[in-house]
Amino acid sequence: MTPAANRYDAIIIGGGHNGLVCAAYLGSAGQRVLVLEAAAAPGGAAANVEFSPGFTVSGCAHILNMLDPKVSRDLNLASHGLKLSLPNLKTIALAEDGRHITFDGALATNDSLQVYSKTDKANLADLRRLLLRIGKLLKDFYGTVPPRLGTESWSDRIALAKLGWAIRRLGRNDMREMLRIAGCNIADVLNDELESDLLKGAIGFDAVLGTELGPRSPNSVFSLLHRLTGEANGIPGALALPEGGMGAVTRAMAAAAEAAGADIRTGSPVARILVENDRAMGVALETGEVIHADIVVSNADPKTTYLKLLGPQYLDTGFVRRVKNIRTRGTAAKLHLALDGLPEFTGLDAKELGQRLLIAPSLDYVERAFNHCKYGEYSTAPAIEMIIPTVNDAALAPQGKHILSAVVQYAPYELKGGWENARDEFIDTAIKTISAYAPGLEGRIIARELLTPRDIEEKYRMPGGHWHHGELALDQLYMMRPVPGAAQYAAPLPGLYTCGAGGHPGGGVMGIAGKNAADRILKDGKSR
Amino acid sequence: MTPEPYEAQLLETPFHARTSSLCSTRQWGNWSGFASVNAYTSVDMEYFAARSTAALFDISPMTKYAITGSDAASYLNRLLTRNMEKVKPGRVVYAVWCNDAGMVIDDGTVFCLGENDYRLCSQERHLPWLLDSAIGYNVEIKDITSGIAALAVQGPTSSAVLKAMGLVGIENLKPYSLTEFDLDGHSLMVSRTGFTGDLGYELWIDPGAAELLWDRLMEVGSLYGLRPMGSEALEMTRIEAGFIQAGVEFFPGDLPTRPDRLRSPFELGMGWLVDFDKGHFIGRRALLQEKKTGSRYALVGLDIEGNKPALHSFVYQGKDTEVGIVASAMWSPTCKRNIAIASLKTPYHKDNHGLWVDVYVYRELKWERIHASCKVVDKQFFNPPRRWATPAGDR
Ligand SMILES: Cc1cc2nc3c(=O)[nH]c(=O)nc-3n(C[C@H](O)[C@H](O)[C@H](O)COP(=O)(O)OP(=O)(O)OC[C@H]3O[C@@H](n4cnc5c(N)ncnc54)[C@H](O)[C@@H]3O)c2cc1C
Repeated sequence: MTPAANRYDAIIIGGGHNGLVCAAYLGSAGQRVLVLEAAAAPGGAAANVEFSPGFTVSGCAHILNMLDPKVSRDLNLASHGLKLSLPNLKTIALAEDGRHITFDGALATNDSLQVYSKTDKANLADLRRLLLRIGKLLKDFYGTVPPRLGTESWSDRIALAKLGWAIRRLGRNDMREMLRIAGCNIADVLNDELESDLLKGAIGFDAVLGTELGPRSPNSVFSLLHRLTGEANGIPGALALPEGGMGAVTRAMAAAAEAAGADIRTGSPVARILVENDRAMGVALETGEVIHADIVVSNADPKTTYLKLLGPQYLDTGFVRRVKNIRTRGTAAKLHLALDGLPEFTGLDAKELGQRLLIAPSLDYVERAFNHCKYGEYSTAPAIEMIIPTVNDAALAPQGKHILSAVVQYAPYELKGGWENARDEFIDTAIKTISAYAPGLEGRIIARELLTPRDIEEKYRMPGGHWHHGELALDQLYMMRPVPGAAQYAAPLPGLYTCGAGGHPGGGVMGIAGKNAADRILKDGKSR
Repeated sequence: MTPEPYEAQLLETPFHARTSSLCSTRQWGNWSGFASVNAYTSVDMEYFAARSTAALFDISPMTKYAITGSDAASYLNRLLTRNMEKVKPGRVVYAVWCNDAGMVIDDGTVFCLGENDYRLCSQERHLPWLLDSAIGYNVEIKDITSGIAALAVQGPTSSAVLKAMGLVGIENLKPYSLTEFDLDGHSLMVSRTGFTGDLGYELWIDPGAAELLWDRLMEVGSLYGLRPMGSEALEMTRIEAGFIQAGVEFFPGDLPTRPDRLRSPFELGMGWLVDFDKGHFIGRRALLQEKKTGSRYALVGLDIEGNKPALHSFVYQGKDTEVGIVASAMWSPTCKRNIAIASLKTPYHKDNHGLWVDVYVYRELKWERIHASCKVVDKQFFNPPRRWATPAGDR
């Protein structure tokens, strides 16, 4: 690159999916954008990895259920190669005896429930109608820049008033129900409405996936609602598998960003954000190279951005305190198994193996799994979400071979005694747990890999290895996300912005944080 | 029955054996968790000792932090609003520090004992804030409040008292400077600082030598009119000096119940302590904003008609426009004026016409309401040349 080219309107630190989306929007608006990604390839926690020769798997995120349709359209991801291999994935809640329950992403179920309960099907339909309605309301607020609190600005007041009005418009009954359950725990809500332990366990697990919560923890209803704001192929709540793994999604995003004129440099970890006259004015790479820009946008999480890359000396103590206190203890481990053939699961046919399989037989099971985590131990009977992506997408593994990709909970970030000696035990525990539903699995394993939250932290530069870059809880949401004083994607330091999952509306492969940040940046640019 | 140590309501300072035997009024107050004498014999006598001879005040309860480490100077520069790079070893400075919103958390004095070796003294305790402000800095911050015994010797004869005690050359110590002496093998630090607005010193020593120091001072001091003073007399002297007091002129702390009641340095007349050119410090962005949009309040001195202290009175302008509140007020025996320190809404502090206070006086089952006109004046009501003279005079 020539020195003259070494000048950008915006530098984006991190080429995770949100950084790429932000780059695409800024690029389309005519800005000269440089994305600096530390890893060898873009995508962040939504990239592919070859974990064993010939076996490619989605490194962290493996199910596409949150991608914003507007982002997808605006970036024209389809033309950049995004395709779904399975557009409306079913979830199968596994029972050891093979009497499984099947439901879809939006919690619609079939007669598989009848063996457990005569009333659950109808009651679940009522519950899902309410949850989807509230989810829709949240969704409307996800696409917008949240207001600041305590300002005199009319746009902030209007944004707050809109929130109040939208809640009011749910009507008396739904509004009351929303206010009743929003801060509740999912176990109470499910126990009020349903009978079947297996069904409740599965939905309860969905509510705590990727969080440091058990089904009896407050906030667990909210995190389920967050999931239900998602959609796939236009179906609210639906889950999908992208063809080519999650890495294909971020590859399409990178292509869209490049088509919009953005430069993407990989293998370029940023060491510091440079400040002059109380304004961000560029970055220094770990190699010492300095690159200038009018603004700096960070796709890294808030703790890394503010405490490491910028540094407390440019911030105020109250703000530093809030950032330091963001809860980022990850609990989800990622398990990858390379298999020499398709495993057999009790009561499932080969086609059903391509769906999403859950091991969460009851609320108590999940809560007990969580208990360990509270005390710095891993679950001896973990709750597990798995897919075998190769059933629908054979190209990911060598001919006739398969991959099992699983999220295993709970694996505490801080394990008593450390993970180094415990990782293998935990893999064995996870495999043993799955084998109870898939006898003979062990014999098929050619290679195995498990990333604990510590490994995820190191590999993906996410503190605590946290799914959302920071717990998704009522006190860390919307205008309080990541912390009050930075909720509009703008840092207290002029010229610095954040665009990652640590901001509103949180984690999952959505692209909304990246889009909202670009909106904010472009708006500021106009008024500058 | 003597209480167990954990049952004691208040801690004792290293001078307690001496102060308690002299406190004939039995009037004690709570100063940061320590028992502190309000008045030994008579407030007036103690006040006049401070103004005409010398007074001895136990300042051991003052919160003291040792701040050391290779980043100590840059740390203080981030914490405090003033520029600490300019402060050399052997000097003491007055400073304030703010929260994110640019509102004052507390004021205090910083002693520069050596390179990257400081002592911060304040009324309130602030360890959590100080520690959280140190994230990313190589500093060690220790609460050393109980590890140091301290006395203030204040008043026109204070230099003479210390000279008589054998502190050779003490008269050459400049205001806001510090030096070390030997007292029977104990290291005694002396700074020319204080809270009375007069010539005066503060003495710092290991608690084991506290009684030795007290006895020596009282022994030589009798010839110079030295007498122990309680906090009530001190309060009179600090109002005359125009110093602000935490909990009176401003409410300290980073977690107020009502955030709108806090004051910025500008609103306390401390704008001279704010250095925008030194780089970032806590509250800088908010204070720059305040510079642009203007401050809400101004802290002023008031000269009030009559002789009835206008404590906590409303200040009005014209017929009945409420423009502020009196924070401290007294009849000043030395200045012979009815003085007050008041927080006025801006811009009323600028227009010096038609201001008045409503003073309520309760006398023998009757309230009397006095409509007293007043004027905004310099709040340094008392500031004698001897306070600043080096070498210091003997009386
Ligand atoms: C185990 C696990 C399973 C998950 N499963 C799912 C799922 O099935 N479905 C789903 O939707 N979501 C899932 N998630 C959540 C999802 O992966 C994340 O929320 C999402 O990928 C975050 O995207 P992002 O762009 O905001 O941040 P990231 O993907 O974390 O991107 C940040 C990027 O910044 C880079 N970076 C950081 N610091 C620097 C630096 N100093 N210099 C240069 N670059 C830097 C990083 O390398 C990274 O590429 C899962 C998460 C985990 C941990």
